[in-house]
Amino acid sequence: MEYIQADLITVLPELTVLSMAMFILLADLFLKPSNRVLVYVLAQITLFVAAYFTISTHVPTVGYAFTRMFVDDPLADVLKLMILLGTAMMFVYTRQYMQLRGMFRGEYYALVLFSVLGMMVMVSGQSMLTIYMGLELLSLSLYSLVALDRDNAKSSEAAMKYFVLGALASGMLLYGMSMIYGMTGSLNIAEISSALQDSNTKNPVLILGLVFIVAGLAFKFGAVPFQMWVPDVYQGAPTSITMLIGSVPKLAAFAIAIRLLAQGMHPLTADWQDMLLMMAVLSIAIGNMTAIAQTNLKRMLAYSTISHVGFLLFGLMSGSLNGFASSMFYISAYVLMTLAGFGMILMLSRKGFEAENLDDLKGLNQRSPWAAFLMLITMFSMAGVPPTIGFYAKFTVLQAALQAGFLWAVVFAVLMAAVGAFYYLRIVKLMYFDTPQDSSMISAPADMKLILSVNAIALLALGLMPQILMQICGVAIGASLQ
Amino acid sequence: MLHNHVLSVSIWLPILAGIVVLLLGSDKQAALTRWLALSGSLSAFFATLPLYTKYDFSQGAFQFQEIARWIPAFNVNYHLGVDGIAVPLILLTSFTTVIVVIAAWEVITKNIAQYMAAFLIMSGLMIGVFSALDSLLYYVFWEAMLIPMFLVIGIWGGENRVYATVKFFLYTLLGSLLMLVAFIYLYHQTGSFAILDYYKLPLPLDAQVLIFFAFFIAFAVKIPMWPVHTWLPDAHVEAPTGGSVVLAAIMLKLGGYSFLRFAMPIAPDAAHYLSGFMITLSLIAIVYIALVALVQKDMKKLIAYSSISHMGFVTLGFFIFSQLGLEGAIVQMISHGFISAAMFLCVGVLYERMHSRQIADYGGVVNTMPMFAAFAVLFAMANSGLPGTSGFVGEFMVILAAVKFNFWVAFLAATTLIFGAAYTLWMVKRVFYGDVANKHVAELKDLNHREFLILAILAFMVIGLGVYPKLITDFTHVSAAQWLSHMSVSKLPIAGL
Repeated sequence: MEYIQADLITVLPELTVLSMAMFILLADLFLKPSNRVLVYVLAQITLFVAAYFTISTHVPTVGYAFTRMFVDDPLADVLKLMILLGTAMMFVYTRQYMQLRGMFRGEYYALVLFSVLGMMVMVSGQSMLTIYMGLELLSLSLYSLVALDRDNAKSSEAAMKYFVLGALASGMLLYGMSMIYGMTGSLNIAEISSALQDSNTKNPVLILGLVFIVAGLAFKFGAVPFQMWVPDVYQGAPTSITMLIGSVPKLAAFAIAIRLLAQGMHPLTADWQDMLLMMAVLSIAIGNMTAIAQTNLKRMLAYSTISHVGFLLFGLMSGSLNGFASSMFYISAYVLMTLAGFGMILMLSRKGFEAENLDDLKGLNQRSPWAAFLMLITMFSMAGVPPTIGFYAKFTVLQAALQAGFLWAVVFAVLMAAVGAFYYLRIVKLMYFDTPQDSSMISAPADMKLILSVNAIALLALGLMPQILMQICGVAIGASLQ
Repeated sequence: MLHNHVLSVSIWLPILAGIVVLLLGSDKQAALTRWLALSGSLSAFFATLPLYTKYDFSQGAFQFQEIARWIPAFNVNYHLGVDGIAVPLILLTSFTTVIVVIAAWEVITKNIAQYMAAFLIMSGLMIGVFSALDSLLYYVFWEAMLIPMFLVIGIWGGENRVYATVKFFLYTLLGSLLMLVAFIYLYHQTGSFAILDYYKLPLPLDAQVLIFFAFFIAFAVKIPMWPVHTWLPDAHVEAPTGGSVVLAAIMLKLGGYSFLRFAMPIAPDAAHYLSGFMITLSLIAIVYIALVALVQKDMKKLIAYSSISHMGFVTLGFFIFSQLGLEGAIVQMISHGFISAAMFLCVGVLYERMHSRQIADYGGVVNTMPMFAAFAVLFAMANSGLPGTSGFVGEFMVILAAVKFNFWVAFLAATTLIFGAAYTLWMVKRVFYGDVANKHVAELKDLNHREFLILAILAFMVIGLGVYPKLITDFTHVSAAQWLSHMSVSKLPIAGL
């Protein structure tokens, strides 16, 4: 009995999110529409309580629960905190947007909390089964969130695509896992790793299993050649959901990539390195070049995400602690930038108007210099221009890749980064050099304005002082992967 | 106490002033904004003066050093320091910013606060580039500087400004990204980003050549050298006067300075090995671009090409590896900073009145603007290298050094004295002399006090440096000698070790 108690204390953050999500689902039934905001408050409280428990149960060592199916290490704690914080910011940004579109309902918050739970389980998964469970919980919540605006044909179409392709990806991942299980006789990450160390790593079934796992991961990340769903889903989903899909789940995807590839299949590093290299180079090239041709802001950001994933893979494929830490730094920076970017789109949207075309940004500097300045920082950060955090993100992954000897891939990546700068510059151009098309006031709640300002300024401040975040990532990776 | 932080103050004071202007200024309070900007730029200028008064001329080592940990994870330090090559350029930067602020006084009426702030922030960033002794710190300043310039050209520029500014940004960005790869490579070799560590690092020739080219692309774009110069005429033509001034007076020098600070001392053997190539490119810039300048119809474009041609002297001076040539190149950089700034301001004066930069729209301006014509002719003479002006000193020193190096190189370089005079004076003739061309010219008003003030200051500097170039060579003498002695030692790993 005591044994279970210790386990339950380890998963206290997850338990909080789970019970509150169910409570919100129930409580929503008894709330009058005018009191709906209570649901919002409850959801925010949930996230903060979960974050509090994550911090209070934090130990700088690796701990396990549920017969080593669940791990509580610094990496998991840091990623969970980022996920919770990111979701809380997303809730602030999306409140008004959802209210104006009749989607401000209990199920939105319940579903998001379930997806958060899924991410937290993924992050802490130490068995392939746990990882898969978390992934499915996340994916199923996201599929339904995309379809939340159920009368909108585009959203439904996007949800359908997302579901079919996502299910396929999950299937592939599961198939790969079953092969690995068959070859190693275990689902536990650590046991797989030690089993692989002793066995013949050239076994074709093993490699095939690895291919399927990498393909499944690539799908979830949205890396080329498994990127097809990204632009359609980004464009079709309500902007608030796009913001969710594009931001925090990438942290969880990063976590399972670390768990499966870096921890579980460490002896096969040379094999997955090659696969990641191809995907990284292609993602950067196709993401950046296709983004140039887009006129829809959300679609453009979708392709930008693909290229960011390519850079992220540069860190992962280095196969060193340095590389993993830099990837983690990259993904944290990416989440911050994505939140700021989509936050700005949400702020410019109003009742009956979606600010999703590039032209909607025209002349923003004349309408609101402050908003334009925040977007300016975000765009230069995404382009990787110093002194923003986006530069250090690119810098760290590139130095890791260079250390691992991928000189020409790095040269290619920086050339592509210059190509990518073009479409970010175009947004700056629209905001600063063009005259506005609509002159309506930008109305956003004060809390959103404040958090969005903090978010965008953080991109600059962390660029001036990148040390803090770098150290957090380095320590988390170092303490969790030995 | 502040004297230990002269460089930090020089960098951050204008940036801070820029932020204050941005926060307090607005188009409604135009006067307040302008005075804030002026006091900001003036105090930033005075903040750099201790670099002159407290500089120890007898030492070649880096002075005013400051060091603090910045990103320990990568052993990156906030490390500043200047030698005799950097100090004159820093003074030029803070000086030019004051000029630009005054020149914009009543010319810029739209988004005044943003305009002034952009130049103040840019000034701090450029001083940062000149004083950084850590390569990542340098890189951050180098790239960050693009953002305000991008906005300046794009917001206040001419008709085709978007094309010009995007071209400017992408060209420079593309060039510098390869430099970043070189920095990371050197970091993995030495374990730090300190430039002084790079100087000591032995490297095989093939690595040196690759590194040299990575730097070369970044700096050649900035200088700009033929054939990657095409962004400059576009950027200059479309930029507002202030933008052109800063571009020509300082940004081009960043490229030249960076050759001296990075490409050549880090890869000295490659620099010697490729010196023929570099000299050829410099000569093409000097001769061919001068011919291109000759046929320009747009005044700003003509001056832009003349800048490229003059910068050819700078790179030529670097790559003949002699004390005289090197010092001449540095004098040329400073002198060109004043002359090109003055020339662009002159075009600005005309443009504000006539809204045309076409040479054909002018004629006989001397009849309506005699005072202005006097200044313009002086600067034109300086641009074509008239003895007694600063334009002569640098070119003469480089040519003299080139004669010792190779007669034909010197001969080709010296043709600039003819071509330079040809394109500049021919433009002066067509714009200023002859009969009054049209009724717009007839209605021109001569300089106001503000314009007179800035042109007079620049004229003073141009003649001052022409008569007394020792002001610069005092700084450069020891540093240049030390630089050359560093360059003369091979960094190739000794066989068998």
